[in-house]
Amino acid sequence: MSVTTLAPILRPLVKTPPRDVAGPAFTALTGLAAGLIVLMVAIILGNVAWFGAGTMTWEFLSGTPKHGMTAGGIFPAIFGTAALVILMVVALVPFGVGAAIYLHEYARPDAWLTRAVRFSVSNLAGVPSIVFGLFGLGFFIQFVGRHIDRMAGLDVVWGQPALIWAALTLALLNLPVVIVTAEEALRTVPRDMREASLALGATRWQTIRTVLLPQAMPGILTGAILSVSRGAGEVAPILFTGAAYFLPYLPTSPTDQFMELGYHIYVLSTQSPDVDATKPLLYGTVLVLLLLTLLLNLTAILLRARMRARLAGRA
Amino acid sequence: MAATPVSSPAVAPAAIPLRPLVHGARPRSLRVREAVIDVLLRLCALSAVAGLLLIVVFVLREALPVLLDPETRREASLERFFATAMWQPVGDVPKYGIAPLLLGTLKVVLVAMVFAVPVSVLAAVYASEFAPARVREGLKPVIELLAGIPSVVLGFFALIVLASWVQSLTGAVSRLNALNAGFALGLGIVPTIFSVSEDALRSVPRSYREASLALGASRWATAWNVILPAAGAGVSAGILLGLARAVGETMIVLMASGNAAMISGTPLDSVRTLSASIAAELAEVVVGSPHYATLFFLGGILFLTTFVINVGAGLFVDRLRRRLAGA
Repeated sequence: MSVTTLAPILRPLVKTPPRDVAGPAFTALTGLAAGLIVLMVAIILGNVAWFGAGTMTWEFLSGTPKHGMTAGGIFPAIFGTAALVILMVVALVPFGVGAAIYLHEYARPDAWLTRAVRFSVSNLAGVPSIVFGLFGLGFFIQFVGRHIDRMAGLDVVWGQPALIWAALTLALLNLPVVIVTAEEALRTVPRDMREASLALGATRWQTIRTVLLPQAMPGILTGAILSVSRGAGEVAPILFTGAAYFLPYLPTSPTDQFMELGYHIYVLSTQSPDVDATKPLLYGTVLVLLLLTLLLNLTAILLRARMRARLAGRA
Repeated sequence: MAATPVSSPAVAPAAIPLRPLVHGARPRSLRVREAVIDVLLRLCALSAVAGLLLIVVFVLREALPVLLDPETRREASLERFFATAMWQPVGDVPKYGIAPLLLGTLKVVLVAMVFAVPVSVLAAVYASEFAPARVREGLKPVIELLAGIPSVVLGFFALIVLASWVQSLTGAVSRLNALNAGFALGLGIVPTIFSVSEDALRSVPRSYREASLALGASRWATAWNVILPAAGAGVSAGILLGLARAVGETMIVLMASGNAAMISGTPLDSVRTLSASIAAELAEVVVGSPHYATLFFLGGILFLTTFVINVGAGLFVDRLRRRLAGA
C-alpha cells in the first residue's frame, strides 16, 4: 500500500531540473508574502495608535457623547460592552465546558450523537455573524420575547431589542470557541490521572470535578477570554438585537438597550453630522476597542502557549 | 478567528473514555447524582446541535412568506427577485431585484480571494518550510494579532484610510468601491487561510522532506513538489474556510464598499453585498413586511452558501487526515 500512495506524491522529484534558477526567487516570494502581512498589520495598528493616542484622556474614557457625537466621551459604550460580554460569558461558559466534558469524557467517539455534536460545533463556527443577528431577532425577540410578554400580560418588555438578547446571541456565536478550547484543555490531562482517580474509587463526576477541571482550568480560561475578546468586537449580531445608536442613560436591566464600542465605531464612521469633528473621537474609540481585544487575545495566547508546552513536555 | 482552532486538521481522534468498573457498590444517592450529571452534560452537548437547528428553523420561518404567503408574494417572490435588475426596497413601488446584490457579493469576494489566497498560502509555505525558527515564532503572533482585530476596525480602516489610497492609485470615481472593500475583506480572511494551511503543511511527516532532499531536490523543489501537494487537501480546506468567511462577512463590506446596488463589470464601482443589505436595512423595516421576509431570505442564501462551503472544507480536512494517517 505504501508504494501506491507514495508514488504519485514523489513523482515530480525525478523531473526536478538539476540546476534551478527559480528556487531562490520562489523562496524570496514566500518571504515577501509573509513580510506583506506583517507590514499591513503594522500599518493598521500604527495608524490607529498614532491618531488615537491624542484622544486618550480621562474625560474621553469617563464622559458621555455630546453635541451630536462630535464631542464628549465613550463611557456608556465601554459600560455597555462590559455588561454585554459579562452576561454572555455567564450564559456561555457552563454550556461550553459541559459540552466539552461530555464530548471528551463521556461520549464514545463514533456514536452518532457525538458526530452530530461535532458536526454542529464546526458548522456553527462557520455561520456568518449577520445570520446570528437575524436569528437573534427572529428567535429571541420575535419568538421567545413575544411569548414571555404575552404570558406575563406585559405590553412590550421582552419582545424588543435588549441587552439579554444580544448577549445570548453572542453566546451562541461563541459556543464553538469555548467547546473547542475546553476540549483541547481536557486532552492535555494525562490518562494516568483519570485511571488513578477511578482506581481510588472516585466516581466519574468526582474525577472530573476534583482532578480534571482544576488541571484543565487554564484552557477553559483561554476559551472564556477568547470568547470575550470576540464578543466585544462583533457588531453584526447585535445590530438588531439590542445595540443603540445613543442612550442618555446606562442600561440597568437585562431588557434595556445599550451602547457598545464596536457599534459606536460603526455609527461614528458612517453617520456623523461633522466628519472632521468626529474623527479624533472615532480614532480614540477604535484604539480603546483594539487595546481591549488585543490585550485579551494576548492573555489567551500566553495561557494557551503554556498549556501546549505542558502537553508537549508529556508527549 | 474561530475557524482556526475548530478546523485544525492535526487533531487526533479521541480515545474511548474511561468509565469506572464498579457501579453497584455505591450509595444510591451518589448513583442518582451521577446519572443526573450525565444527563445535564448531554444536554450541554446537545445545545450546539439545538443552536444550529434553531438558526435554520427561525431564519427559514421568517423568510418563508417569500415562498408561501400570497400577500407577500405580490411584492417579493422568487420570480420577482430576478424579474428586475433593481434593488429599491423603499419607495412607492418597491423593487426587490437581487441580481445586483449577488453580483456585488461576487465581485468583493473575488477581489478578496485574488489577494488573500496567494499571500496567505505563500506566507504559510514560508513559515513552515523556509523561515528560521525565530522568524516563525515572531510571525505567528502577528497573524494572531491580525485575527484578533475586530472586523469593524478593519472596516473603519478601509473607510477612513485605505479608500483614499486606493482612489489615488486607481483614479476611481467613487471613493468606496469593490476593490477597496475586497482588499480589506482579504485582510480579514488572511489569518484563516494562513493558519489552516500552515497547520496542514507542518503535519506532513518529516520523512517526506528527508526522502525528497536525499534524492537531491532543493528545498524549494521539495516545498513545491512534495510538501504542498501532500498538504493540498488541508490548504484547500483553508481556502474554502476563508471563502465562506468572505461571503458572510458583514461589517467590512458594509463600511467600505459604498453600498450602491448596481450592475457593472468593474471593481472600481461601488457595490452592495447580500450581507450589507441585511445589516443596513433590517433595523428600519416593519416586522412581517415583504421587505422583512426578503432580508431573511437573503440571510437564508448566505447561510446555505457558507454551510455548503464549510461542509466541503470539512471533507478536505478528513481527506488530509486519512492521507497522512495512511502514509
